[in-house]
Amino acid sequence: MTVEGGSTEDRWVDDHAGPVVRPYAVTRGRARPVTGTFDLISLVTATRADVAGESGLGPEHVAIVALCQRMQSVAEVAAHLDLPVGTVRVLLGDLMARDLVQVSPPRSSAGVPDESIFEAVINGLRAL
Amino acid sequence: MDYGHSERPAGAPPLPTAIKILIAGGFGAGKTTLVGAVSETKPLRTEEVLTETGIGVDDLSGVEGKATTTVAMDFGRITISPDLVLYLFGTPGQDRFWFVWDELALGAIGAVVLADTRRLADCFPSIDYFEERGTPFVVAVNCFEGARRYRLDEVQAALNLDPGVPVVLCDARQRQSSRDVLITLLEHAMKSREARGHAG
Repeated sequence: MTVEGGSTEDRWVDDHAGPVVRPYAVTRGRARPVTGTFDLISLVTATRADVAGESGLGPEHVAIVALCQRMQSVAEVAAHLDLPVGTVRVLLGDLMARDLVQVSPPRSSAGVPDESIFEAVINGLRAL
Repeated sequence: MDYGHSERPAGAPPLPTAIKILIAGGFGAGKTTLVGAVSETKPLRTEEVLTETGIGVDDLSGVEGKATTTVAMDFGRITISPDLVLYLFGTPGQDRFWFVWDELALGAIGAVVLADTRRLADCFPSIDYFEERGTPFVVAVNCFEGARRYRLDEVQAALNLDPGVPVVLCDARQRQSSRDVLITLLEHAMKSREARGHAG
């Protein structure tokens, strides 16, 4: 992978290497995202095919954008990157602030979903 | 079917919707087995690292000496349609992680409480939790080999359940059986919703 821009310490290892630094270091000590609240099942979709050339992004940011070419929940992003959810929330906040990802919060956080959703899920399960 | 919000421009694809169901029960009751049986991929694991700042509650006695503690959750995904995804979350078993349950239960449309008839009391805390919270739930008796078979009404009485709570038998290893439990839950949740007059 070639990532231009950013300091060398941001990308001293590629995303296949897995986590080699403590989660807190990935966020440079930040415990909370700069923007957004991210439910475990908020759905994340990348807005760009790749983010090569974007400065200031770490390898984890780049990995999230690559992963979210297909829609993924926050929980899935955390599981696939092998990072704690809190760390992933911070990274997603960075990406959302730059409009590099689109995040859909779950409908049900505002109450019980409407009947059409129940019916669609029941029908979907019957078809399994 | 339109799941989009009104502020979306005409012609834009509908906003995706995710919903979640919790899979609860005592240790070894088969939570992760059920998640794996019915999900489209093998169960994934996600972790919440709780730092001291996040530990401000009384029921964490016993972990005072630790700067951080990790709670692991197994979960799976069932893609119903390109815009509708169902997630199944196994609840962490330890009682001292109730506040993680609160985060998980927020917005959940319902819960499956897996019961093992050899250790029926193990599912009492889960049942108490969902009853208190008003989360619709069903009890699924996981039929372990070698366990004595009880009639469903015996289980219902032993658990002192509200007569409206469905109790079903299942084999958490079987996709069809696990799927049927989820369908029973969704139908029950839909009825509970109607009974409450859609108030949520």
